[in-house]
Amino acid sequence: MNELLVTCTGVVKRYGNKPALSGVNLELGRGRIVGLLGPNGSGKTTLIKILCGLLQPTEGAVLIDGQTVGPYTKSVISYLPDRMYFADWMKATDLFDLFADFYKDFDKARAMSMCASLGVTPSDKLKTMSKGTKEKVQLVLVMARKAQLYLLDEPIAGVDPAARDFILGTILTNYNEAGTVLISTHLISDVERVLDEAIFLKDGQITLHDTVDNIREREGKSVDGLFREIFRARNYEGGAF
Amino acid sequence: MDWTFTEDRPIWQQLAEQLTLRILKGEYPSGSRLPPVRELAALAGVNPNTMQRALAQLEQDGLAVANRTSGRTVTEDGEVIRRARRERAKSAVAGCLRILEELGYTKADALVYVKEELSHE
Repeated sequence: MNELLVTCTGVVKRYGNKPALSGVNLELGRGRIVGLLGPNGSGKTTLIKILCGLLQPTEGAVLIDGQTVGPYTKSVISYLPDRMYFADWMKATDLFDLFADFYKDFDKARAMSMCASLGVTPSDKLKTMSKGTKEKVQLVLVMARKAQLYLLDEPIAGVDPAARDFILGTILTNYNEAGTVLISTHLISDVERVLDEAIFLKDGQITLHDTVDNIREREGKSVDGLFREIFRARNYEGGAF
Repeated sequence: MDWTFTEDRPIWQQLAEQLTLRILKGEYPSGSRLPPVRELAALAGVNPNTMQRALAQLEQDGLAVANRTSGRTVTEDGEVIRRARRERAKSAVAGCLRILEELGYTKADALVYVKEELSHE
Protein backbone atom coordinates (compact mmCIF):
# COMPACT_ATOMS: atom_id res chain seq x y z
CA MET A 1 0.00 0.00 0.00
CA ASN A 2 1.22 3.43 -0.93
CA GLU A 3 1.91 5.99 1.78
CA LEU A 4 0.07 8.72 -0.10
CA LEU A 5 -3.44 8.05 -1.27
CA VAL A 6 -3.73 10.90 -3.76
CA THR A 7 -1.02 12.72 -5.69
CA CYS A 8 -1.82 15.39 -8.27
CA THR A 9 1.06 16.99 -10.15
CA GLY A 10 0.54 20.06 -12.28
CA VAL A 11 -3.05 19.20 -13.12
CA VAL A 12 -4.55 21.55 -15.69
CA LYS A 13 -8.05 21.32 -17.10
CA ARG A 14 -9.43 23.54 -19.82
CA TYR A 15 -12.93 23.39 -21.27
CA GLY A 16 -12.12 24.76 -24.72
CA ASN A 17 -10.22 27.96 -23.94
CA LYS A 18 -11.81 28.29 -20.56
CA PRO A 19 -9.45 27.23 -17.80
CA ALA A 20 -11.06 25.33 -14.89
CA LEU A 21 -7.91 24.10 -13.15
CA SER A 22 -4.59 25.81 -13.69
CA GLY A 23 -1.80 23.79 -12.15
CA VAL A 24 -3.08 21.86 -9.14
CA ASN A 25 -0.49 20.10 -6.98
CA LEU A 26 -2.03 18.07 -4.19
CA GLU A 27 -1.02 15.28 -1.84
CA LEU A 28 -3.49 13.54 0.46
CA GLY A 29 -2.66 10.98 3.13
CA ARG A 30 -4.86 8.22 4.52
CA GLY A 31 -7.42 8.24 7.29
CA ARG A 32 -8.28 11.91 6.98
CA ILE A 33 -11.36 14.00 6.41
CA VAL A 34 -10.51 16.82 4.06
CA GLY A 35 -12.62 19.79 3.02
CA LEU A 36 -12.34 21.04 -0.55
CA LEU A 37 -13.48 24.61 -0.16
CA GLY A 38 -13.97 27.29 -2.75
CA PRO A 39 -16.59 29.63 -4.12
CA ASN A 40 -18.81 28.69 -7.06
CA GLY A 41 -16.81 28.08 -10.21
CA SER A 42 -13.47 27.64 -8.46
CA GLY A 43 -12.96 24.14 -9.88
CA LYS A 44 -14.09 21.88 -7.03
CA THR A 45 -16.30 19.61 -9.10
CA THR A 46 -13.77 19.50 -11.94
CA LEU A 47 -11.04 18.34 -9.57
CA ILE A 48 -13.27 15.67 -8.06
CA LYS A 49 -14.32 14.42 -11.48
CA ILE A 50 -10.70 14.16 -12.53
CA LEU A 51 -9.86 12.16 -9.40
CA CYS A 52 -12.61 9.65 -10.08
CA GLY A 53 -11.83 9.37 -13.77
CA LEU A 54 -14.91 11.04 -15.25
CA LEU A 55 -12.78 13.77 -16.79
CA GLN A 56 -9.33 13.65 -18.33
CA PRO A 57 -6.92 16.38 -17.27
CA THR A 58 -5.61 18.52 -20.13
CA GLU A 59 -2.14 18.38 -18.57
CA GLY A 60 -0.56 16.85 -15.50
CA ALA A 61 -0.71 13.53 -13.69
CA VAL A 62 -2.97 11.97 -11.07
CA LEU A 63 -2.07 8.95 -8.95
CA ILE A 64 -4.49 7.21 -6.60
CA ASP A 65 -2.87 4.67 -4.27
CA GLY A 66 0.17 4.82 -6.56
CA GLN A 67 -1.82 3.94 -9.69
CA THR A 68 -2.92 6.02 -12.64
CA VAL A 69 -6.68 6.49 -12.90
CA GLY A 70 -8.30 3.36 -14.31
CA PRO A 71 -10.32 0.28 -13.33
CA TYR A 72 -8.31 -0.27 -10.15
CA THR A 73 -8.65 3.29 -8.85
CA LYS A 74 -12.36 3.27 -9.67
CA SER A 75 -12.78 0.16 -7.54
CA VAL A 76 -11.32 1.90 -4.48
CA ILE A 77 -13.14 5.24 -4.91
CA SER A 78 -16.67 5.86 -3.73
CA TYR A 79 -18.07 8.94 -5.44
CA LEU A 80 -21.06 11.07 -4.51
CA PRO A 81 -21.88 13.23 -7.55
CA ASP A 82 -23.33 16.71 -7.25
CA ARG A 83 -26.55 15.56 -8.88
CA MET A 84 -28.76 12.47 -9.01
CA TYR A 85 -28.20 10.07 -11.85
CA PHE A 86 -30.63 7.25 -10.99
CA ALA A 87 -33.83 6.30 -12.79
CA ASP A 88 -36.70 7.44 -10.62
CA TRP A 89 -38.78 4.29 -11.10
CA MET A 90 -36.22 2.40 -9.02
CA LYS A 91 -36.53 1.67 -5.34
CA ALA A 92 -33.65 2.24 -2.96
CA THR A 93 -33.37 -1.54 -2.57
CA ASP A 94 -32.98 -1.88 -6.37
CA LEU A 95 -30.07 0.49 -6.16
CA PHE A 96 -28.53 -1.51 -3.33
CA ASP A 97 -28.67 -4.64 -5.52
CA LEU A 98 -27.16 -2.70 -8.40
CA PHE A 99 -24.32 -1.43 -6.23
CA ALA A 100 -23.74 -4.87 -4.74
CA ASP A 101 -23.29 -6.13 -8.32
CA PHE A 102 -20.90 -3.37 -9.29
CA TYR A 103 -18.77 -3.05 -6.16
CA LYS A 104 -17.57 -5.98 -4.14
CA ASP A 105 -16.93 -3.69 -1.14
CA PHE A 106 -20.62 -2.68 -0.96
CA ASP A 107 -22.22 -3.81 2.30
CA LYS A 108 -25.95 -4.18 1.81
CA ALA A 109 -26.76 -4.94 5.43
CA ARG A 110 -24.99 -1.76 6.43
CA ALA A 111 -26.91 0.19 3.79
CA MET A 112 -30.19 -1.07 5.23
CA SER A 113 -29.25 -0.14 8.77
CA MET A 114 -28.10 3.31 7.65
CA CYS A 115 -31.48 3.79 5.97
CA ALA A 116 -33.19 2.92 9.22
CA SER A 117 -31.21 5.46 11.19
CA LEU A 118 -31.67 8.15 8.53
CA GLY A 119 -35.42 7.52 8.43
CA VAL A 120 -35.49 6.36 4.81
CA THR A 121 -37.86 3.58 3.73
CA PRO A 122 -35.76 1.53 1.31
CA SER A 123 -38.78 -0.04 -0.40
CA ASP A 124 -40.02 3.38 -1.58
CA LYS A 125 -39.57 4.39 -5.19
CA LEU A 126 -37.17 7.30 -5.73
CA LYS A 127 -39.96 9.08 -7.60
CA THR A 128 -41.95 9.38 -4.36
CA MET A 129 -39.07 10.68 -2.30
CA SER A 130 -38.30 14.31 -1.48
CA LYS A 131 -35.08 15.88 -2.70
CA GLY A 132 -33.49 15.57 0.74
CA THR A 133 -34.49 11.92 1.07
CA LYS A 134 -33.02 11.13 -2.35
CA GLU A 135 -29.80 12.76 -1.25
CA LYS A 136 -29.80 10.57 1.82
CA VAL A 137 -30.24 7.44 -0.33
CA GLN A 138 -27.34 8.58 -2.46
CA LEU A 139 -25.23 9.13 0.62
CA VAL A 140 -26.11 5.67 1.94
CA LEU A 141 -25.00 4.12 -1.36
CA VAL A 142 -21.68 5.91 -1.15
CA MET A 143 -20.95 5.38 2.54
CA ALA A 144 -21.97 1.71 2.61
CA ARG A 145 -18.87 0.90 0.58
CA LYS A 146 -15.60 0.14 2.29
CA ALA A 147 -13.61 2.36 -0.03
CA GLN A 148 -10.18 3.93 0.31
CA LEU A 149 -11.22 7.30 -1.03
CA TYR A 150 -14.66 8.86 -0.64
CA LEU A 151 -15.28 11.81 -2.94
CA LEU A 152 -18.34 13.71 -1.75
CA ASP A 153 -19.37 16.56 -4.02
CA GLU A 154 -21.67 18.90 -2.07
CA PRO A 155 -23.18 16.22 0.14
CA ILE A 156 -25.15 18.58 2.38
CA ALA A 157 -26.28 21.32 0.03
CA GLY A 158 -29.86 20.14 -0.43
CA VAL A 159 -30.91 19.20 3.08
CA ASP A 160 -32.12 21.17 6.08
CA PRO A 161 -29.67 22.10 8.89
CA ALA A 162 -30.86 19.33 11.23
CA ALA A 163 -30.41 16.73 8.51
CA ARG A 164 -27.03 18.27 7.74
CA ASP A 165 -25.74 17.51 11.22
CA PHE A 166 -27.16 14.05 10.93
CA ILE A 167 -25.49 13.46 7.58
CA LEU A 168 -22.16 14.72 8.87
CA GLY A 169 -22.57 12.37 11.83
CA THR A 170 -23.25 9.55 9.40
CA ILE A 171 -20.11 10.38 7.48
CA LEU A 172 -18.09 10.56 10.71
CA THR A 173 -19.27 7.24 12.07
CA ASN A 174 -19.42 5.29 8.86
CA TYR A 175 -16.31 5.97 6.89
CA ASN A 176 -13.66 3.33 6.62
CA GLU A 177 -11.05 4.35 9.17
CA ALA A 178 -8.16 3.70 6.84
CA GLY A 179 -9.91 5.64 4.10
CA THR A 180 -9.86 9.33 3.30
CA VAL A 181 -12.94 11.47 2.78
CA LEU A 182 -12.78 14.51 0.50
CA ILE A 183 -15.83 16.76 0.94
CA SER A 184 -16.41 19.65 -1.42
CA THR A 185 -18.67 22.36 -0.11
CA HIS A 186 -19.17 26.05 0.39
CA LEU A 187 -21.13 25.53 3.62
CA ILE A 188 -17.94 25.72 5.62
CA SER A 189 -19.22 26.55 9.07
CA ASP A 190 -21.31 23.38 8.95
CA VAL A 191 -18.46 21.03 8.11
CA GLU A 192 -15.53 22.70 9.84
CA ARG A 193 -15.74 20.62 13.02
CA VAL A 194 -15.47 17.33 11.20
CA LEU A 195 -12.46 18.23 9.06
CA ASP A 196 -8.81 17.37 9.61
CA GLU A 197 -7.60 19.47 6.73
CA ALA A 198 -8.90 22.24 4.56
CA ILE A 199 -8.02 23.01 0.95
CA PHE A 200 -8.89 26.42 -0.48
CA LEU A 201 -9.41 26.42 -4.21
CA LYS A 202 -9.44 29.76 -5.97
CA ASP A 203 -9.65 30.28 -9.72
CA GLY A 204 -8.48 26.74 -10.38
CA GLN A 205 -5.50 26.86 -8.03
CA ILE A 206 -4.90 25.67 -4.49
CA THR A 207 -4.17 28.73 -2.38
CA LEU A 208 -4.09 27.00 1.00
CA HIS A 209 -3.80 23.44 2.24
CA ASP A 210 -3.36 22.96 5.99
CA THR A 211 -4.91 21.34 9.02
CA VAL A 212 -7.94 23.10 10.49
CA ASP A 213 -6.20 23.35 13.87
CA ASN A 214 -3.15 25.00 12.32
CA ILE A 215 -5.32 27.50 10.50
CA ARG A 216 -7.20 28.40 13.68
CA GLU A 217 -4.01 28.65 15.68
CA ARG A 218 -2.21 30.79 13.13
CA GLU A 219 -5.05 33.04 12.04
CA GLY A 220 -6.95 33.25 15.33
CA LYS A 221 -10.14 32.68 13.41
CA SER A 222 -12.16 29.84 12.04
CA VAL A 223 -11.71 28.38 8.58
CA ASP A 224 -15.11 29.86 7.76
CA GLY A 225 -13.92 33.30 8.88
CA LEU A 226 -10.73 33.02 6.86
CA PHE A 227 -12.67 31.87 3.82
CA ARG A 228 -15.00 34.85 4.02
CA GLU A 229 -12.03 37.16 4.26
CA ILE A 230 -10.15 35.67 1.32
CA PHE A 231 -13.12 35.26 -0.95
CA ARG A 232 -15.02 38.38 -0.03
CA ALA A 233 -16.84 39.51 -3.13
CA ARG A 234 -16.38 43.17 -3.91
CA ASN A 235 -19.61 45.08 -3.71
CA TYR A 236 -21.28 45.84 -6.94
CA GLU A 237 -20.28 49.37 -7.80
CA GLY A 238 -22.58 50.04 -10.69
CA GLY A 239 -24.73 53.13 -10.83
CA ALA A 240 -28.04 53.51 -9.09
CA PHE A 241 -31.16 52.22 -10.76
CA MET B 1 -24.41 19.63 28.47
CA ASP B 2 -23.89 20.40 24.83
CA TRP B 3 -20.61 20.80 23.04
CA THR B 4 -20.08 24.31 21.78
CA PHE B 5 -17.08 25.78 20.05
CA THR B 6 -15.94 29.32 19.52
CA GLU B 7 -14.44 30.55 16.31
CA ASP B 8 -11.12 31.83 17.44
CA ARG B 9 -9.27 28.82 18.83
CA PRO B 10 -8.36 25.29 17.74
CA ILE B 11 -11.21 22.86 18.32
CA TRP B 12 -9.05 20.31 20.14
CA GLN B 13 -8.20 22.83 22.87
CA GLN B 14 -11.86 23.58 23.42
CA LEU B 15 -12.64 19.88 23.48
CA ALA B 16 -9.94 19.29 26.07
CA GLU B 17 -11.37 22.05 28.28
CA GLN B 18 -14.90 20.73 28.00
CA LEU B 19 -13.84 17.16 28.71
CA THR B 20 -11.92 18.41 31.75
CA LEU B 21 -15.01 20.22 32.96
CA ARG B 22 -17.06 17.05 32.59
CA ILE B 23 -14.56 15.16 34.69
CA LEU B 24 -14.50 17.87 37.36
CA LYS B 25 -18.27 17.93 37.50
CA GLY B 26 -18.25 14.18 38.04
CA GLU B 27 -19.99 13.40 34.78
CA TYR B 28 -17.09 11.07 34.13
CA PRO B 29 -16.23 10.05 37.71
CA SER B 30 -12.76 9.29 38.97
CA GLY B 31 -11.67 5.80 37.92
CA SER B 32 -14.48 5.35 35.40
CA ARG B 33 -13.87 4.40 31.82
CA LEU B 34 -14.10 7.11 29.16
CA PRO B 35 -16.06 6.27 26.01
CA PRO B 36 -13.94 5.28 23.01
CA VAL B 37 -12.53 8.05 20.80
CA ARG B 38 -14.93 7.40 17.94
CA GLU B 39 -17.94 7.47 20.21
CA LEU B 40 -16.86 10.70 21.88
CA ALA B 41 -16.12 12.20 18.47
CA ALA B 42 -19.58 11.28 17.24
CA LEU B 43 -21.18 12.73 20.39
CA ALA B 44 -19.37 16.03 19.95
CA GLY B 45 -19.78 15.94 16.17
CA VAL B 46 -16.07 16.32 15.55
CA ASN B 47 -13.37 14.52 13.67
CA PRO B 48 -11.95 11.50 15.54
CA ASN B 49 -8.38 12.76 15.08
CA THR B 50 -9.35 16.03 16.76
CA MET B 51 -10.89 14.15 19.69
CA GLN B 52 -7.77 12.00 19.89
CA ARG B 53 -5.66 15.11 20.26
CA ALA B 54 -7.90 16.46 23.03
CA LEU B 55 -7.65 13.17 24.92
CA ALA B 56 -3.88 13.18 24.55
CA GLN B 57 -3.93 16.58 26.25
CA LEU B 58 -6.00 15.15 29.12
CA GLU B 59 -3.45 12.37 29.50
CA GLN B 60 -0.68 14.94 29.61
CA ASP B 61 -2.57 16.84 32.30
CA GLY B 62 -2.81 13.59 34.25
CA LEU B 63 -6.62 13.59 34.23
CA ALA B 64 -6.97 10.61 31.92
CA VAL B 65 -4.94 7.44 31.93
CA ALA B 66 -4.47 5.26 28.85
CA ASN B 67 -4.61 1.55 29.47
CA ARG B 68 -2.91 -0.76 27.10
CA THR B 69 -5.92 -2.91 26.39
CA SER B 70 -9.06 -1.21 27.59
CA GLY B 71 -9.12 2.37 26.36
CA ARG B 72 -8.90 5.29 28.74
CA THR B 73 -10.06 5.81 32.29
CA VAL B 74 -10.36 8.93 34.41
CA THR B 75 -7.48 9.15 36.87
CA GLU B 76 -7.95 7.64 40.32
CA ASP B 77 -5.56 10.19 41.78
CA GLY B 78 -7.88 12.46 43.76
CA GLU B 79 -5.13 15.05 44.21
CA VAL B 80 -4.87 15.63 40.45
CA ILE B 81 -8.60 16.23 40.21
CA ARG B 82 -8.62 18.51 43.27
CA ARG B 83 -5.80 20.57 41.78
CA ALA B 84 -7.58 20.85 38.43
CA ARG B 85 -10.76 21.98 40.18
CA ARG B 86 -8.88 24.67 42.07
CA GLU B 87 -7.32 25.88 38.80
CA ARG B 88 -10.76 26.09 37.26
CA ALA B 89 -12.15 28.00 40.26
CA LYS B 90 -9.25 30.45 40.23
CA SER B 91 -9.63 31.20 36.56
CA ALA B 92 -13.40 31.63 36.96
CA VAL B 93 -12.82 34.23 39.68
CA ALA B 94 -10.10 35.92 37.64
CA GLY B 95 -12.46 36.12 34.67
CA CYS B 96 -15.16 37.67 36.82
CA LEU B 97 -12.75 40.25 38.22
CA ARG B 98 -11.57 41.14 34.74
CA ILE B 99 -15.11 41.90 33.63
CA LEU B 100 -15.74 44.07 36.69
CA GLU B 101 -12.50 45.96 36.10
CA GLU B 102 -13.48 46.57 32.50
CA LEU B 103 -16.70 48.08 33.83
CA GLY B 104 -14.59 50.41 35.97
CA TYR B 105 -15.02 48.79 39.38
CA THR B 106 -12.14 48.37 41.80
CA LYS B 107 -11.27 45.08 43.48
CA ALA B 108 -12.72 46.44 46.73
CA ASP B 109 -16.01 47.13 44.95
CA ALA B 110 -15.95 43.61 43.62
CA LEU B 111 -15.59 42.19 47.11
CA VAL B 112 -18.54 44.25 48.33
CA TYR B 113 -20.70 42.98 45.48
CA VAL B 114 -19.75 39.38 46.07
CA LYS B 115 -20.64 39.68 49.78
CA GLU B 116 -23.89 41.43 48.92
CA GLU B 117 -24.79 38.68 46.46
CA LEU B 118 -24.00 36.02 49.02
CA SER B 119 -26.17 37.66 51.69
CA HIS B 120 -29.18 37.44 49.34
CA GLU B 121 -28.96 33.70 49.23
